[in-house]
Amino acid sequence: MTPIILQVRNLKKYFPVRANLFSREQKVVHAVDDISFNVTKGRTLGIVGESGCGKSTTARLIANLMPADSGAIIFNGEGVGEIGGLELKSFRKKLQMVFQDSFASLNPRLTISETISYGPMVHDTSKEDAHLQAHDLLAKVGLDPDLFASRYPHELSGGQRQRVNIARALAFNPEVVILDEAVAALDKSVQAQVLNLLQDLKAEFELTYLFISHDLHVVHYISDDVMVMYLGQIVEMGPVEQVYSEAAHPYTRALLSAVPSMDPAHRTQKSPITGDPPNPIHPPSGCRFHDRCEHARAICASLVPALMPVQSSHVVACHMNHPSSGYETSGSDVQYASAGATR
Amino acid sequence: MSAIKPLVSVEHLSLAFTGNRKAQALTDVSFHLHAGEVLGLLGESGSGKSVTLRTLLRLHSERTTQISGLITVDGLDVLALNSRALQAYRGATTSMIFQEPGLAFDPVYTIGQQIVEVILAHEAVNHSVARHRALEMLDRVQIPQARRRFDAYPHELSGGMRQRAMIALALACKPKLLLADEPTTALDATVQIQILLLLRELQKETGMAVIFVTHDIGAAVEIADRIAVMYGGRIAEENAVAGIVQHPSHPYTAGLLGATVDSSHRGKPLISIPGSPPNLANLPPGCPFAPRCTSASDQCRTECPSVVESPAHADLASPPRLACWHPIR
Ligand SMILES: Nc1ncnc2c1ncn2[C@@H]1O[C@H](COP(=O)(O)OP(=O)(O)OP(=O)(O)O)[C@@H](O)[C@H]1O
Ligand SMILES: Nc1ncnc2c1ncn2[C@@H]1O[C@H](COP(=O)(O)OP(=O)(O)OP(=O)(O)O)[C@@H](O)[C@H]1O
Ligand SMILES: [Mg+2]
Ligand SMILES: [Mg+2]
Repeated sequence: MTPIILQVRNLKKYFPVRANLFSREQKVVHAVDDISFNVTKGRTLGIVGESGCGKSTTARLIANLMPADSGAIIFNGEGVGEIGGLELKSFRKKLQMVFQDSFASLNPRLTISETISYGPMVHDTSKEDAHLQAHDLLAKVGLDPDLFASRYPHELSGGQRQRVNIARALAFNPEVVILDEAVAALDKSVQAQVLNLLQDLKAEFELTYLFISHDLHVVHYISDDVMVMYLGQIVEMGPVEQVYSEAAHPYTRALLSAVPSMDPAHRTQKSPITGDPPNPIHPPSGCRFHDRCEHARAICASLVPALMPVQSSHVVACHMNHPSSGYETSGSDVQYASAGATR
Repeated sequence: MSAIKPLVSVEHLSLAFTGNRKAQALTDVSFHLHAGEVLGLLGESGSGKSVTLRTLLRLHSERTTQISGLITVDGLDVLALNSRALQAYRGATTSMIFQEPGLAFDPVYTIGQQIVEVILAHEAVNHSVARHRALEMLDRVQIPQARRRFDAYPHELSGGMRQRAMIALALACKPKLLLADEPTTALDATVQIQILLLLRELQKETGMAVIFVTHDIGAAVEIADRIAVMYGGRIAEENAVAGIVQHPSHPYTAGLLGATVDSSHRGKPLISIPGSPPNLANLPPGCPFAPRCTSASDQCRTECPSVVESPAHADLASPPRLACWHPIR
């Protein structure tokens, strides 16, 4: 069995929001609401879901860029930041993040080589070693060190800057890299280059990726497993081929069928999902998707569905998929098999 | 050729930035667009898509740009408009939506106030008429509880809702031409398809023409009638959507389509276009794509092909156009 490198247990983060001037009530956004999952070493976990569903917050909590309200992160069997567990400082080296905005995340006053060697130098690598390593890494990400090492960020194109960000993350010899919309701002040809690079680096350095993206084709391409989030919670998770071909949650089905058509003779006629995401300050009762779900029944509004397996490693949180839940299946509008085929 | 005059015609447009950073951003760009048509604009990052849209609205500083050519929109000679006529042209004849709604909205005023202001600036109506129209627009773009959202500040709306509010703002004065610069790039798939369907519906209803810039070929297929592909500040190829996606003629178009990820690529390395984009401060003499093109010949490296209409389709209102010495097939 392949070892589990990262365990996320009951992670929770509520953001307080500007309270009304005249009320004493403190409101909170339920950004990440009690999520648990495992990441297997050497695999890529894709994370998808509607804008605002908590993907970036989940990533930041795992990377320890902000404190969680509750929950635990277990890395290679050791509790992160716990007494007797893994120290935060060494965890931060083992898990690195690459963001969408390649420009904002680079210091404009540092050359590319200084940018890449900065981190390791802070973590006690000598200046010479750090510079040598920076040159190696530049070559690895396909940027000739003789041409690029002494350039500044504004002298690079978007795709080149994103390669620098990847090289900088690799300078720590991480085991896990979280990529949050890391290829979103690139044009298709450069995106293809960066995706190829990520696949090569993963094989060479035995990396594990958490890959967050709005692009469902890209997630399908790069992921081994995929996790679908809705309003701060996980609604479905499993091997990517299985989830893409046999999505079990009505939200997943809607999401997957929202991919634009590539055939001008068969354009999308109807949006597979209507309405806007519900207010994360007052999430709907029961299943959070019930007010937009065409299959919702009474039970969906009253009982929170748990994540349960539909097949060995494919789990879903939906009453409709679990006969014992009390979901009423005798109604006339059960079109489960055809749901999502709205095109 | 169609007898009806096009709404938009751009002829031999060239634009150079002459400030600190020099760049020949557009070279001899020509295209036209009829009322009710949607033109998708695809192309590599830096190929001049946004500059084309910004030039149509005359948004570039005159001090640091050098423009030649002719732009006519609804009978107006856009490059010759004086500042008062330009104010009226922006918003009323032509308006624009962006990838980032933050660019369109001022964070200190409510959504409703800002739409009302735009209407008042362009039309001789009183405040209550403008307010009524603004509410109608918010309703029209499917913002739930429009009456409540009217008094919301931009940051209080979700990304998808802000995008819809921006469309309401852009359409408030019933423009004849809408310029859309990657309006769905930052949105997730479900919100993206909602916005595309909404734009399609509004476009049909109002009969406006749209130029839609995107990197996402799927989005272009969903919304456009024709697609123009840009490379290195020039139009490489223009054709009906089906022609572009099913039979690309320019090697760059083929490369772009080939690099687009879909499910059939799983488990295989992706094919990208080798090399890097041209340096606009120092363009090569021939075809700008020649250094990266696998079918390039000596002619391609010395002589730049101009955009020519396909003689086989000369009967069409908008025949396919291509700038390539060695088209595919
Ligand atoms: N610092 C913060 N303060 C208050 N609310 C926040 C903060 N950061 C995020 N949120 C809220 O938490 C929720 C989850 O946000 P998050 O950025 O994690 O979503 P996301 O899934 O990454 O969305 P996107 O796809 O748009 O990037 C949203 O409702 C967001 O508005
Ligand atoms: N104000 C400016 N001064 C100098 N050069 C500029 C200026 N604005 C744009 N450019 C250059 O003009 C070229 C075309 O830019 P443009 O923004 O039109 O590209 P684009 O096709 O929209 O790319 P993207 O897909 O990345 O948005 C680029 O090389 C850009 O760097
Ligand atoms: Mg995010
Ligand atoms: Mg642009």
